[in-house]
Amino acid sequence: MLTKRIIPCLDIKNGRTVKGVNFVNLRDAGDPVELAKQYAVKGADELVFLDISATLEGRKTMIDMVLKVAEHVNIPFTVGGGISSIEDVDVLLKSGADKVSINSSAVKRPGLVNELANKFGSQCVVVAIDAKQINDEWIVHLAGGSIPTDLNLFDWAKEVESRGAGEILFTSMNNDGTKAGFANEALAKLSETLNIPIIASGGAGNVQHFIDTFKEGKADAALAASVFHFGEIAIKDLKEVLRDNNIAVRL
Amino acid sequence: MKLVIINYGAGNIKSIQFAFKRLGYDAILSNNPDEIKAADKVIFPGVGEASSAMQMLKESGLDTLIPTLKQPVLGICLGMQLMCKSSEEGNTKGLGIFNVDVKRFNNTVKVPQMGWNTITDLKSKLFKGIKDEAFMYSVHSFYAEACKESIATTTYSVDFASALQKDNFYGVQFHPEKSSVAGEQILKNFIAL
Repeated sequence: MLTKRIIPCLDIKNGRTVKGVNFVNLRDAGDPVELAKQYAVKGADELVFLDISATLEGRKTMIDMVLKVAEHVNIPFTVGGGISSIEDVDVLLKSGADKVSINSSAVKRPGLVNELANKFGSQCVVVAIDAKQINDEWIVHLAGGSIPTDLNLFDWAKEVESRGAGEILFTSMNNDGTKAGFANEALAKLSETLNIPIIASGGAGNVQHFIDTFKEGKADAALAASVFHFGEIAIKDLKEVLRDNNIAVRL
Repeated sequence: MKLVIINYGAGNIKSIQFAFKRLGYDAILSNNPDEIKAADKVIFPGVGEASSAMQMLKESGLDTLIPTLKQPVLGICLGMQLMCKSSEEGNTKGLGIFNVDVKRFNNTVKVPQMGWNTITDLKSKLFKGIKDEAFMYSVHSFYAEACKESIATTTYSVDFASALQKDNFYGVQFHPEKSSVAGEQILKNFIAL
Protein backbone atom coordinates (compact mmCIF):
# COMPACT_ATOMS: atom_id res chain seq x y z
CA MET A 1 0.00 0.00 0.00
CA LEU A 2 1.26 3.46 -0.86
CA THR A 3 2.13 5.20 2.40
CA LYS A 4 1.58 8.78 3.53
CA ARG A 5 4.80 10.78 3.47
CA ILE A 6 6.36 12.89 6.22
CA ILE A 7 8.53 15.66 4.82
CA PRO A 8 10.78 17.97 6.86
CA CYS A 9 11.45 21.28 5.12
CA LEU A 10 14.77 23.08 5.45
CA ASP A 11 15.22 26.77 4.65
CA ILE A 12 18.64 27.39 3.10
CA LYS A 13 20.46 30.68 2.81
CA ASN A 14 23.90 30.78 1.19
CA GLY A 15 24.23 27.04 1.60
CA ARG A 16 23.38 26.96 5.31
CA THR A 17 20.20 26.07 7.17
CA VAL A 18 18.52 29.17 8.47
CA LYS A 19 16.14 28.30 11.26
CA GLY A 20 17.76 27.02 14.39
CA VAL A 21 17.83 23.30 14.73
CA ASN A 22 17.81 21.52 18.03
CA PHE A 23 19.25 18.10 17.33
CA VAL A 24 21.44 16.13 19.59
CA ASN A 25 24.45 14.41 18.02
CA LEU A 26 24.68 17.08 15.38
CA ARG A 27 28.15 18.56 15.05
CA ASP A 28 27.00 21.42 12.87
CA ALA A 29 23.32 22.33 12.96
CA GLY A 30 23.80 24.76 10.11
CA ASP A 31 25.05 22.09 7.72
CA PRO A 32 22.15 20.97 5.52
CA VAL A 33 23.93 17.79 4.48
CA GLU A 34 24.45 16.58 8.00
CA LEU A 35 20.89 17.50 8.92
CA ALA A 36 19.52 15.71 5.87
CA LYS A 37 21.46 12.57 6.75
CA GLN A 38 20.01 12.66 10.26
CA TYR A 39 16.49 13.05 8.93
CA ALA A 40 16.96 10.13 6.55
CA VAL A 41 18.06 7.93 9.44
CA LYS A 42 15.19 9.15 11.64
CA GLY A 43 12.60 8.02 9.08
CA ALA A 44 11.78 11.09 6.98
CA ASP A 45 10.29 9.95 3.67
CA GLU A 46 11.50 12.88 1.65
CA LEU A 47 13.11 16.27 2.17
CA VAL A 48 12.41 19.73 0.82
CA PHE A 49 15.16 22.37 0.60
CA LEU A 50 13.91 25.87 0.09
CA ASP A 51 16.56 28.32 -1.11
CA ILE A 52 15.90 31.76 0.31
CA SER A 53 19.21 33.27 -0.84
CA ALA A 54 18.57 36.42 -2.76
CA THR A 55 21.97 36.65 -4.43
CA LEU A 56 23.61 34.95 -7.39
CA GLU A 57 26.41 33.85 -5.11
CA GLY A 58 23.88 32.20 -2.80
CA ARG A 59 22.34 30.33 -5.70
CA LYS A 60 25.70 28.93 -6.75
CA THR A 61 26.21 27.67 -3.22
CA MET A 62 22.82 25.97 -3.48
CA ILE A 63 24.02 23.87 -6.42
CA ASP A 64 27.02 22.72 -4.39
CA MET A 65 24.69 21.83 -1.54
CA VAL A 66 22.41 19.82 -3.85
CA LEU A 67 25.41 17.82 -5.10
CA LYS A 68 26.52 17.08 -1.54
CA VAL A 69 23.03 16.08 -0.43
CA ALA A 70 22.65 13.76 -3.43
CA GLU A 71 26.03 12.25 -2.64
CA HIS A 72 25.31 11.51 1.00
CA VAL A 73 21.55 11.06 1.39
CA ASN A 74 19.63 7.97 0.31
CA ILE A 75 16.08 9.36 0.21
CA PRO A 76 14.48 11.65 -2.38
CA PHE A 77 14.54 15.42 -2.11
CA THR A 78 12.97 18.47 -3.70
CA VAL A 79 14.62 21.84 -4.24
CA GLY A 80 12.65 25.07 -4.44
CA GLY A 81 13.21 28.80 -4.40
CA GLY A 82 14.09 31.18 -7.20
CA ILE A 83 13.62 28.67 -10.03
CA SER A 84 12.32 30.33 -13.17
CA SER A 85 13.74 28.59 -16.25
CA ILE A 86 14.53 25.27 -17.90
CA GLU A 87 18.22 25.99 -17.31
CA ASP A 88 17.68 26.44 -13.56
CA VAL A 89 15.93 23.08 -13.39
CA ASP A 90 18.41 21.30 -15.65
CA VAL A 91 21.37 22.11 -13.41
CA LEU A 92 19.48 21.11 -10.23
CA LEU A 93 18.36 17.75 -11.65
CA LYS A 94 21.82 17.07 -13.06
CA SER A 95 23.22 17.79 -9.61
CA GLY A 96 21.01 15.06 -8.16
CA ALA A 97 17.77 16.75 -7.06
CA ASP A 98 14.77 14.46 -7.61
CA LYS A 99 12.17 17.17 -7.96
CA VAL A 100 12.01 20.93 -8.19
CA SER A 101 9.33 23.16 -6.80
CA ILE A 102 8.24 26.34 -8.55
CA ASN A 103 5.92 28.98 -7.15
CA SER A 104 5.80 32.63 -8.24
CA SER A 105 7.58 31.93 -11.54
CA ALA A 106 4.64 29.70 -12.50
CA VAL A 107 2.12 32.41 -11.60
CA LYS A 108 4.06 34.97 -13.63
CA ARG A 109 4.45 32.61 -16.59
CA PRO A 110 2.17 29.54 -16.42
CA GLY A 111 3.73 28.11 -19.60
CA LEU A 112 6.82 27.31 -17.53
CA VAL A 113 4.91 24.35 -16.02
CA ASN A 114 4.31 22.89 -19.50
CA GLU A 115 7.90 23.48 -20.54
CA LEU A 116 9.30 21.73 -17.47
CA ALA A 117 6.85 18.81 -17.67
CA ASN A 118 7.62 18.27 -21.36
CA LYS A 119 11.35 18.52 -20.94
CA PHE A 120 11.88 16.67 -17.66
CA GLY A 121 8.60 14.82 -17.00
CA SER A 122 5.75 15.63 -14.63
CA GLN A 123 7.26 13.44 -11.93
CA CYS A 124 9.82 16.10 -11.03
CA VAL A 125 7.60 19.19 -11.28
CA VAL A 126 6.11 20.29 -7.97
CA VAL A 127 4.04 23.46 -8.02
CA ALA A 128 4.03 25.22 -4.66
CA ILE A 129 1.00 27.36 -3.96
CA ASP A 130 0.72 29.81 -1.07
CA ALA A 131 -2.88 30.84 -0.48
CA LYS A 132 -4.83 32.87 2.05
CA GLN A 133 -8.52 32.58 2.83
CA ILE A 134 -10.15 36.00 2.47
CA ASN A 135 -13.92 36.32 2.80
CA ASP A 136 -14.44 32.62 2.21
CA GLU A 137 -12.33 32.62 -0.91
CA TRP A 138 -8.87 31.10 -1.15
CA ILE A 139 -6.63 33.58 -2.95
CA VAL A 140 -3.17 32.65 -4.26
CA HIS A 141 -0.43 34.89 -2.84
CA LEU A 142 3.17 35.54 -3.82
CA ALA A 143 6.31 36.44 -1.90
CA GLY A 144 5.51 34.42 1.19
CA GLY A 145 1.93 35.58 1.41
CA SER A 146 2.51 39.31 1.10
CA ILE A 147 1.31 39.92 -2.46
CA PRO A 148 -2.22 38.81 -3.44
CA THR A 149 -2.91 37.67 -7.00
CA ASP A 150 -6.27 37.44 -8.73
CA LEU A 151 -6.05 33.64 -8.80
CA ASN A 152 -8.34 31.32 -6.90
CA LEU A 153 -6.48 28.41 -5.25
CA PHE A 154 -8.63 25.63 -6.72
CA ASP A 155 -8.73 27.08 -10.24
CA TRP A 156 -4.98 27.63 -10.22
CA ALA A 157 -4.27 24.15 -8.86
CA LYS A 158 -6.49 22.63 -11.54
CA GLU A 159 -4.72 24.69 -14.18
CA VAL A 160 -1.20 23.65 -13.17
CA GLU A 161 -2.33 20.02 -13.05
CA SER A 162 -3.57 20.28 -16.63
CA ARG A 163 -0.29 21.94 -17.60
CA GLY A 164 1.64 18.95 -16.31
CA ALA A 165 2.45 19.49 -12.63
CA GLY A 166 3.17 16.17 -10.92
CA GLU A 167 2.39 17.32 -7.40
CA ILE A 168 1.00 20.30 -5.46
CA LEU A 169 2.59 21.71 -2.32
CA PHE A 170 -0.16 23.79 -0.74
CA THR A 171 0.73 26.17 2.09
CA SER A 172 -2.11 27.90 3.88
CA MET A 173 -0.94 31.36 4.91
CA ASN A 174 -3.76 31.44 7.47
CA ASN A 175 -2.32 28.39 9.18
CA ASP A 176 1.43 28.79 8.58
CA GLY A 177 3.27 29.50 11.82
CA THR A 178 0.17 29.09 13.99
CA LYS A 179 0.86 25.51 15.10
CA ALA A 180 -2.93 25.16 15.17
CA GLY A 181 -3.26 22.48 12.48
CA PHE A 182 -3.36 22.26 8.69
CA ALA A 183 -6.04 23.80 6.44
CA ASN A 184 -7.85 20.49 6.09
CA GLU A 185 -11.03 21.69 4.44
CA ALA A 186 -9.18 23.33 1.56
CA LEU A 187 -6.79 20.36 1.36
CA ALA A 188 -9.65 17.88 1.08
CA LYS A 189 -11.23 19.96 -1.64
CA LEU A 190 -7.92 20.04 -3.54
CA SER A 191 -7.58 16.27 -3.22
CA GLU A 192 -11.11 15.74 -4.50
CA THR A 193 -10.73 18.20 -7.38
CA LEU A 194 -7.30 17.04 -8.54
CA ASN A 195 -5.82 13.68 -9.44
CA ILE A 196 -2.18 14.37 -8.49
CA PRO A 197 -0.64 14.08 -5.02
CA ILE A 198 -1.13 16.97 -2.57
CA ILE A 199 1.41 17.92 0.12
CA ALA A 200 -0.10 19.70 3.13
CA SER A 201 1.95 22.55 4.54
CA GLY A 202 1.45 25.19 7.20
CA GLY A 203 0.15 24.77 10.73
CA ALA A 204 1.73 21.59 12.12
CA GLY A 205 1.90 21.85 15.90
CA ASN A 206 1.26 18.39 17.27
CA VAL A 207 0.78 14.76 16.28
CA GLN A 208 -3.01 15.05 16.10
CA HIS A 209 -2.63 17.67 13.37
CA PHE A 210 -0.91 15.10 11.16
CA ILE A 211 -3.63 12.51 11.82
CA ASP A 212 -6.24 15.11 10.92
CA THR A 213 -4.58 16.25 7.72
CA PHE A 214 -4.28 12.68 6.45
CA LYS A 215 -7.82 11.71 7.50
CA GLU A 216 -9.87 14.89 7.09
CA GLY A 217 -7.55 16.75 4.71
CA LYS A 218 -6.99 13.64 2.55
CA ALA A 219 -3.39 14.81 2.06
CA ASP A 220 -0.85 12.49 0.46
CA ALA A 221 2.06 13.98 2.38
CA ALA A 222 2.59 16.45 5.19
CA LEU A 223 5.40 18.95 5.37
CA ALA A 224 6.64 20.74 8.47
CA ALA A 225 9.71 22.58 9.67
CA SER A 226 9.99 23.77 13.25
CA VAL A 227 8.19 20.88 14.99
CA PHE A 228 10.83 18.58 13.53
CA HIS A 229 13.83 20.90 13.73
CA PHE A 230 13.29 21.70 17.39
CA GLY A 231 12.64 18.09 18.28
CA GLU A 232 9.06 18.78 19.38
CA ILE A 233 7.91 15.83 17.32
CA ALA A 234 10.17 12.86 16.60
CA ILE A 235 9.37 11.42 13.17
CA LYS A 236 9.49 7.83 14.36
CA ASP A 237 7.06 8.52 17.23
CA LEU A 238 4.80 10.42 14.87
CA LYS A 239 4.72 7.54 12.42
CA GLU A 240 3.95 5.03 15.17
CA VAL A 241 0.93 7.08 16.24
CA LEU A 242 -0.18 7.42 12.62
CA ARG A 243 0.08 3.66 12.18
CA ASP A 244 -1.96 3.12 15.35
CA ASN A 245 -4.59 5.35 13.76
CA ASN A 246 -4.75 3.13 10.66
CA ILE A 247 -2.78 5.53 8.48
CA ALA A 248 -0.30 3.69 6.26
CA VAL A 249 3.27 4.85 6.91
CA ARG A 250 6.75 3.53 6.23
CA LEU A 251 8.19 2.28 9.51
CA MET B 1 34.37 -4.54 -10.96
CA LYS B 2 33.59 -2.38 -13.97
CA LEU B 3 30.20 -0.78 -13.54
CA VAL B 4 28.73 1.26 -16.38
CA ILE B 5 25.65 3.48 -16.22
CA ILE B 6 24.25 3.99 -19.71
CA ASN B 7 24.20 7.72 -20.36
CA TYR B 8 21.79 8.47 -23.20
CA GLY B 9 20.44 11.76 -21.94
CA ALA B 10 17.47 10.44 -19.99
CA GLY B 11 17.80 10.14 -16.33
CA ASN B 12 18.74 10.57 -12.78
CA ILE B 13 22.21 9.24 -13.44
CA LYS B 14 23.94 11.38 -10.82
CA SER B 15 21.85 9.87 -8.02
CA ILE B 16 22.61 6.35 -9.21
CA GLN B 17 26.31 7.11 -9.50
CA PHE B 18 26.32 8.56 -5.98
CA ALA B 19 24.45 5.55 -4.59
CA PHE B 20 27.15 3.21 -5.91
CA LYS B 21 29.82 5.56 -4.57
CA ARG B 22 28.26 5.23 -1.09
CA LEU B 23 28.68 1.48 -1.51
CA GLY B 24 32.33 1.94 -2.50
CA TYR B 25 32.03 1.52 -6.29
CA ASP B 26 32.95 4.02 -8.98
CA ALA B 27 30.38 3.69 -11.74
CA ILE B 28 31.28 5.08 -15.16
CA LEU B 29 28.78 7.05 -17.24
CA SER B 30 28.99 6.03 -20.87
CA ASN B 31 27.16 5.83 -24.18
CA ASN B 32 30.11 4.12 -25.87
CA PRO B 33 29.06 0.64 -27.13
CA ASP B 34 32.52 -0.89 -26.60
CA GLU B 35 32.73 0.43 -23.08
CA ILE B 36 29.22 -0.83 -22.29
CA LYS B 37 29.96 -4.27 -23.78
CA ALA B 38 33.15 -4.53 -21.72
CA ALA B 39 31.42 -3.76 -18.40
CA ASP B 40 30.89 -6.38 -15.70
CA LYS B 41 27.53 -4.87 -14.83
CA VAL B 42 25.35 -2.40 -16.70
CA ILE B 43 22.76 0.00 -15.30
CA PHE B 44 20.07 1.25 -17.67
CA PRO B 45 18.45 4.31 -16.05
CA GLY B 46 15.63 6.50 -17.26
CA VAL B 47 13.33 9.23 -16.10
CA GLY B 48 10.87 11.19 -18.20
CA GLU B 49 8.68 10.32 -21.15
CA ALA B 50 8.92 6.93 -22.91
CA SER B 51 8.77 7.83 -26.60
CA SER B 52 11.35 10.63 -26.35
CA ALA B 53 13.64 8.44 -24.22
CA MET B 54 13.35 5.67 -26.82
CA GLN B 55 14.15 8.21 -29.51
CA MET B 56 17.34 9.21 -27.68
CA LEU B 57 18.25 5.55 -27.33
CA LYS B 58 17.81 5.01 -31.07
CA GLU B 59 19.86 8.08 -31.94
CA SER B 60 22.80 6.63 -30.02
CA GLY B 61 22.27 3.17 -31.53
CA LEU B 62 21.91 1.67 -28.05
CA ASP B 63 18.47 0.22 -28.77
CA THR B 64 20.08 -2.60 -30.76
CA LEU B 65 23.03 -3.04 -28.39
CA ILE B 66 21.18 -3.43 -25.06
CA PRO B 67 19.21 -6.62 -25.95
CA THR B 68 22.47 -8.32 -27.01
CA LEU B 69 24.31 -7.72 -23.71
CA LYS B 70 25.44 -10.86 -21.86
CA GLN B 71 26.37 -9.43 -18.46
CA PRO B 72 23.79 -8.53 -15.76
CA VAL B 73 21.80 -5.45 -16.80
CA LEU B 74 19.58 -3.52 -14.38
CA GLY B 75 16.89 -1.23 -15.79
CA ILE B 76 15.59 1.35 -13.36
CA CYS B 77 12.18 3.07 -13.60
CA LEU B 78 11.70 4.17 -17.24
CA GLY B 79 14.75 2.04 -18.11
CA MET B 80 12.80 -1.02 -16.98
CA GLN B 81 9.70 0.10 -18.90
CA LEU B 82 11.70 0.53 -22.10
CA MET B 83 12.92 -3.06 -21.75
CA CYS B 84 9.30 -4.22 -22.06
CA LYS B 85 7.37 -5.02 -25.25
CA SER B 86 5.49 -1.73 -25.49
CA SER B 87 4.30 1.25 -23.49
CA GLU B 88 1.01 3.13 -23.64
CA GLU B 89 3.05 6.27 -22.99
CA GLY B 90 3.55 7.93 -26.37
CA ASN B 91 2.49 4.62 -27.96
CA THR B 92 6.07 3.43 -27.72
CA LYS B 93 7.54 0.16 -29.00
CA GLY B 94 10.01 -1.10 -26.40
CA LEU B 95 13.13 -3.25 -26.61
CA GLY B 96 11.04 -6.38 -26.10
CA ILE B 97 13.36 -8.02 -23.58
CA PHE B 98 10.49 -8.59 -21.16
CA ASN B 99 7.36 -10.05 -22.70
CA VAL B 100 4.96 -7.60 -21.06
CA ASP B 101 3.14 -4.37 -21.88
CA VAL B 102 3.32 -1.12 -19.93
CA LYS B 103 -0.03 0.52 -19.10
CA ARG B 104 -1.16 3.75 -17.46
CA PHE B 105 -2.74 3.70 -14.00
CA ASN B 106 -6.44 4.44 -14.20
CA ASN B 107 -7.79 7.54 -12.51
CA THR B 108 -9.28 5.74 -9.49
CA VAL B 109 -5.94 6.58 -7.84
CA LYS B 110 -3.70 9.65 -7.87
CA VAL B 111 -1.35 9.59 -10.85
CA PRO B 112 1.65 9.57 -10.63
CA GLN B 113 2.06 7.09 -7.82
CA MET B 114 4.53 9.06 -5.76
CA GLY B 115 6.16 7.76 -2.62
CA TRP B 116 6.94 4.61 -0.68
CA ASN B 117 5.09 1.38 -1.36
CA THR B 118 5.81 -2.25 -0.49
CA ILE B 119 7.25 -5.01 -2.67
CA THR B 120 6.04 -8.58 -2.11
CA ASP B 121 6.29 -12.00 -3.73
CA LEU B 122 10.05 -11.59 -4.13
CA LYS B 123 11.60 -14.19 -6.42
CA SER B 124 15.19 -13.33 -7.25
CA LYS B 125 18.71 -13.19 -5.86
CA LEU B 126 18.34 -9.47 -6.46
CA PHE B 127 16.24 -9.40 -3.28
CA LYS B 128 18.57 -11.43 -1.05
CA GLY B 129 18.21 -10.12 2.50
CA ILE B 130 15.20 -7.97 1.57
CA LYS B 131 12.14 -8.80 3.61
CA ASP B 132 8.72 -9.26 2.08
CA GLU B 133 6.81 -5.96 2.24
CA ALA B 134 10.00 -3.88 2.26
CA PHE B 135 9.37 -0.26 1.29
CA MET B 136 10.68 1.17 -1.97
CA TYR B 137 10.39 4.70 -3.37
CA SER B 138 8.77 5.12 -6.77
CA VAL B 139 7.42 7.86 -8.98
CA HIS B 140 5.55 6.67 -12.04
CA SER B 141 2.32 6.94 -14.01
CA PHE B 142 2.80 3.72 -16.01
CA TYR B 143 3.39 0.14 -14.84
CA ALA B 144 4.32 -3.28 -16.21
CA GLU B 145 1.43 -5.71 -15.93
CA ALA B 146 1.67 -8.77 -13.71
CA CYS B 147 3.38 -11.48 -15.76
CA LYS B 148 5.53 -14.62 -15.70
CA GLU B 149 8.76 -12.61 -15.62
CA SER B 150 7.66 -10.69 -12.51
CA ILE B 151 10.05 -11.06 -9.56
CA ALA B 152 8.26 -8.54 -7.27
CA THR B 153 4.70 -7.31 -6.95
CA THR B 154 3.35 -3.96 -5.79
CA THR B 155 -0.28 -2.91 -5.42
CA TYR B 156 -1.56 0.47 -6.55
CA SER B 157 -5.11 0.14 -7.85
CA VAL B 158 -3.83 -3.06 -9.51
CA ASP B 159 -1.21 -5.68 -8.66
CA PHE B 160 1.64 -4.89 -11.02
CA ALA B 161 5.17 -6.19 -11.66
CA SER B 162 7.45 -3.85 -9.71
CA ALA B 163 10.48 -5.89 -10.77
CA LEU B 164 11.17 -8.18 -13.73
CA GLN B 165 13.83 -10.68 -14.70
CA LYS B 166 14.67 -12.60 -17.83
CA ASP B 167 18.04 -14.35 -18.03
CA ASN B 168 20.70 -11.69 -17.36
CA PHE B 169 18.21 -8.81 -17.60
CA TYR B 170 16.70 -7.26 -14.48
CA GLY B 171 14.35 -4.33 -14.14
CA VAL B 172 12.94 -2.45 -11.16
CA GLN B 173 10.14 0.11 -11.32
CA PHE B 174 11.19 1.74 -8.04
CA HIS B 175 14.36 3.73 -7.37
CA PRO B 176 16.76 1.60 -5.30
CA GLU B 177 19.18 4.55 -5.26
CA LYS B 178 16.55 6.57 -3.35
CA SER B 179 15.08 3.79 -1.25
CA SER B 180 17.19 4.12 1.88
CA VAL B 181 19.04 1.10 3.30
CA ALA B 182 16.83 -1.53 1.63
CA GLY B 183 17.41 0.06 -1.77
CA GLU B 184 21.15 0.04 -1.21
CA GLN B 185 20.97 -3.67 -0.37
CA ILE B 186 19.38 -4.32 -3.77
CA LEU B 187 22.21 -2.45 -5.50
CA LYS B 188 24.73 -4.51 -3.49
CA ASN B 189 22.92 -7.69 -4.54
CA PHE B 190 23.07 -6.62 -8.18
CA ILE B 191 26.81 -6.08 -7.92
CA ALA B 192 27.17 -9.53 -6.36
CA LEU B 193 25.25 -11.30 -9.18
